[in-house]
Amino acid sequence: MSQLQEHLMSAESTGNEPDISPAVEAVSSRPVFSLKNLEVHYGAFRAVGDVSLDIREKEITAFIGPSGCGKSTVLRCLNRMNDVIPSARVGGEVLYHGVNLYGEGISPTEVRRRIGMVFQKPNPFPKSIYDNVAFGPRVNGVKSKAKLDDIVEKALRGAALWDEVNTRLKASGLGLSGGQQQRLCIARAIAVEPEVILMDEPCSALDPIATARVEDLMLEMKSRYTIVIVTHNMQQAARVSDRTAFFTTEVNPESDRRTGRLVEFDATQKMFSMPSDERTEAYVTGRFG
Amino acid sequence: MTTEQHIDELPNLSGSSQRADKAFRWVSIGAGLIVLVILGLITYTMASRTGPVFRHMGFRFFTERRWAPPKEIYGALALMWGTLFTAIIALFIAVPISIGIALFVTQVAPAWLRKPMVYVMDLLAVIPSVVFGMWGVLVLARHIKGLYKWLHTTFDSWPILGSIFGKPQTRSFLTAGIILSIMVIPIITSLAREVFETTPQSEKEAALALGATRWEMIRGAVFPHSKGGLVGAVMLGLGRAMGETIAVALTIGSALGQLTFNVLAPGNSMPSLITAEWGEADALKKSALIAVAVTLFVITIIINVIATSVVQRSIKRSRGAV
Amino acid sequence: MSTMMSDQSTAQVLEDLRPKRSWRQARSNIMVMLMGLAALVIVVPLVFVIGSVISRGAGVVFRDFPSFFTKKIPIKSEDIGPGMGPAIVGTMLITGFATLVAVPLGILGAVYLHEYGGTTKLSKLIRFLATVMTGVPSIVMGLFIYVIFTLRFGLSGVGGALALACLMLPVVIRATEEMLRLVPGNLREASYALGTSKSRTILTVVLPSALPGIVSGCLLAVARAAGETAPLLFTIGAARAVQGNIFKGANTALPAQIFENAKSLFPGAQERGWGAALTLVGIAFLFTLTARIVSSAYQKRR
Repeated sequence: MSQLQEHLMSAESTGNEPDISPAVEAVSSRPVFSLKNLEVHYGAFRAVGDVSLDIREKEITAFIGPSGCGKSTVLRCLNRMNDVIPSARVGGEVLYHGVNLYGEGISPTEVRRRIGMVFQKPNPFPKSIYDNVAFGPRVNGVKSKAKLDDIVEKALRGAALWDEVNTRLKASGLGLSGGQQQRLCIARAIAVEPEVILMDEPCSALDPIATARVEDLMLEMKSRYTIVIVTHNMQQAARVSDRTAFFTTEVNPESDRRTGRLVEFDATQKMFSMPSDERTEAYVTGRFG
Repeated sequence: MTTEQHIDELPNLSGSSQRADKAFRWVSIGAGLIVLVILGLITYTMASRTGPVFRHMGFRFFTERRWAPPKEIYGALALMWGTLFTAIIALFIAVPISIGIALFVTQVAPAWLRKPMVYVMDLLAVIPSVVFGMWGVLVLARHIKGLYKWLHTTFDSWPILGSIFGKPQTRSFLTAGIILSIMVIPIITSLAREVFETTPQSEKEAALALGATRWEMIRGAVFPHSKGGLVGAVMLGLGRAMGETIAVALTIGSALGQLTFNVLAPGNSMPSLITAEWGEADALKKSALIAVAVTLFVITIIINVIATSVVQRSIKRSRGAV
Repeated sequence: MSTMMSDQSTAQVLEDLRPKRSWRQARSNIMVMLMGLAALVIVVPLVFVIGSVISRGAGVVFRDFPSFFTKKIPIKSEDIGPGMGPAIVGTMLITGFATLVAVPLGILGAVYLHEYGGTTKLSKLIRFLATVMTGVPSIVMGLFIYVIFTLRFGLSGVGGALALACLMLPVVIRATEEMLRLVPGNLREASYALGTSKSRTILTVVLPSALPGIVSGCLLAVARAAGETAPLLFTIGAARAVQGNIFKGANTALPAQIFENAKSLFPGAQERGWGAALTLVGIAFLFTLTARIVSSAYQKRR
């Protein structure tokens, strides 16, 4: 631990550069994503700019920051979900295992099959629990009933929901409680066996008990998946994540529009104990945000 | 200054404004009640004029195929069939196109194309039915002759299609159905659009995030939300198509007593018969024609009541689920 | 599925992320194309109908310009030549009178539904029946007015206007209520807070702020009503000279003339029918366009 602290101290001396210190890199896995100068425009409005960071395999990376800082926008770049918004334009690079996701000849459909997503509000389809989980495998061509049954059970177990719903798989997904619905959505996401799971404030609509269950689930899933979570709840980031990226908004004095920026990205431990940027410190200690 | 003082200072004003308030309230309630009054009056006054024909024909009015005023035989069966048949032909054409357009506008089209599409629908919806009818009889019917002949000769020996595409005539169920379909497409499309738009964005994104293609997203996320609403939209289209008068009167061919599946045969519908025969009608025939109108009214009202409640429930339910 | 493999080379990932030539993708593309095709298909009848009306109508109207709009309708329908004057006057008077009846009643009805009734049983019932009433066939409205009005007072423009008013009423109610719903509640509260009574608030604050939307909805209702034919057939009779008094004597209107002439075999009559159709479509489009301009100006202002 003290060794880590030392490394972290030395990292601080590199200044405010939102970069990963070489010391941390040495003790962690290799990057799944490398964002290079990512920026997103909505029409003429620059929503986020200059985001560069690495997301590492089988870790939980948290994006935190005040609302409107662009953390969700960055998250939605990782599986090309921003394509859904007609006016959105993405600049810079999102390298996934070295492949630029916004490069030519990349299919957003294939990207999303490998990089799953869980949304802010639980959003099961108005179908049965079984059909919700089987939706992804089915569109990906799994037809055999036995195989689907197998996948559904595995996914529901993986989302720690199997014991609660195995007797009523044919019941509507909308009949579950909020926390169960969110775990159903997680099951739905892992049923297509993604490598990465993106979570966009997955607990913001849940009560504390349901939140705790989802957090436990995330920690348990870490051994199998790379997870990126957007949260406005700093305690949550501190509890579950290995690394934390802090975003904030900068007001452009000319246009009076806000643009999101990455302030600092580092090991969670360090971000919450001795952040190198005073804005991070102000935020994590609750003085702002 | 407190409120009490304020009122004390202006006793007259508050009194008279209270009276005006009450009066206005009653006037507006009265205006709202007019809807009930009109619907009630329609039912009562018109039903009460059907006495002669029902005394004459009894229940046979609904089961008799023939409509033969010289013999004083008044049967609405073939007319009801003609009304339903043209409406079904119209829906057969209109429903797939309407759903296609509605999906295109809500799920596929880029934002800049949406407005022009809505304008096109608006213009179609505002062209008077008599203009469609005139176009149908003076332009379409003349140009479609070749197609009808081809349909007839090609499918003549086929088992089912042979009887559907029977002996052709340019003014026919199909001509009326085509014109009707153009007229109901704007109605079904705009309702279908409304229904499709109730699908929460997050569910569409959830489907896409699982690697679904656009069509799989529509089937998986949009359709489950829209089933009820679509059924209602189609039924409202059915109601409109059955009640449409002038365009059908001009294009259907006005043949009486037709109980056929041949879409290329001339026929008649309830509203078009009323317009055609009203002019030279005696008392019994007028009573018979009003009875036809009442029948039409009751059928369309039933369809509309069901359709409206289905649409409202479906839209409410999906809004509630958001 | 090789995604769980720990060692993923860039080249392999790149290959995985390429679009697959799969049946799934092809099916999706086909369906999307079909949707686009449907959107294209519906433009075809619009273009053809409007094209026919313009190409056949414009010649007639402009050959006899402006007498087509002013002259009487020929007594013999086989005669070639103008005009449609009485029908144009009739349409304006009848539609105008219908508007005068239906719009105030419709707006008041909507005021009741939204400002007073809210979610009471009665207002729910009225709202539901107003929706159902929009689906009542226009020919039924025509016969209804024939039964309760024309039988007693004879053929006249007013009969037609009343039938059109019955058709417009539910449309105006629904459009107005939709607009009242958009008026923010705090506007009402602000007015009450100044000690204004409810009726004054509605008349001076709520209705004016919803006015452009209401106007646009009413213009659309007028455009539809102007083109209605069936309700006029039993109520207004037929006239060949201008009948300025809608309360007395048979009248005529553009849709009725188009209907008569479309049934005729004489080229002269058909010609006049196309001319009348162009005039009617022109009027209807003008109202629709005005409605769109009013509502889009309103949306910009908000």
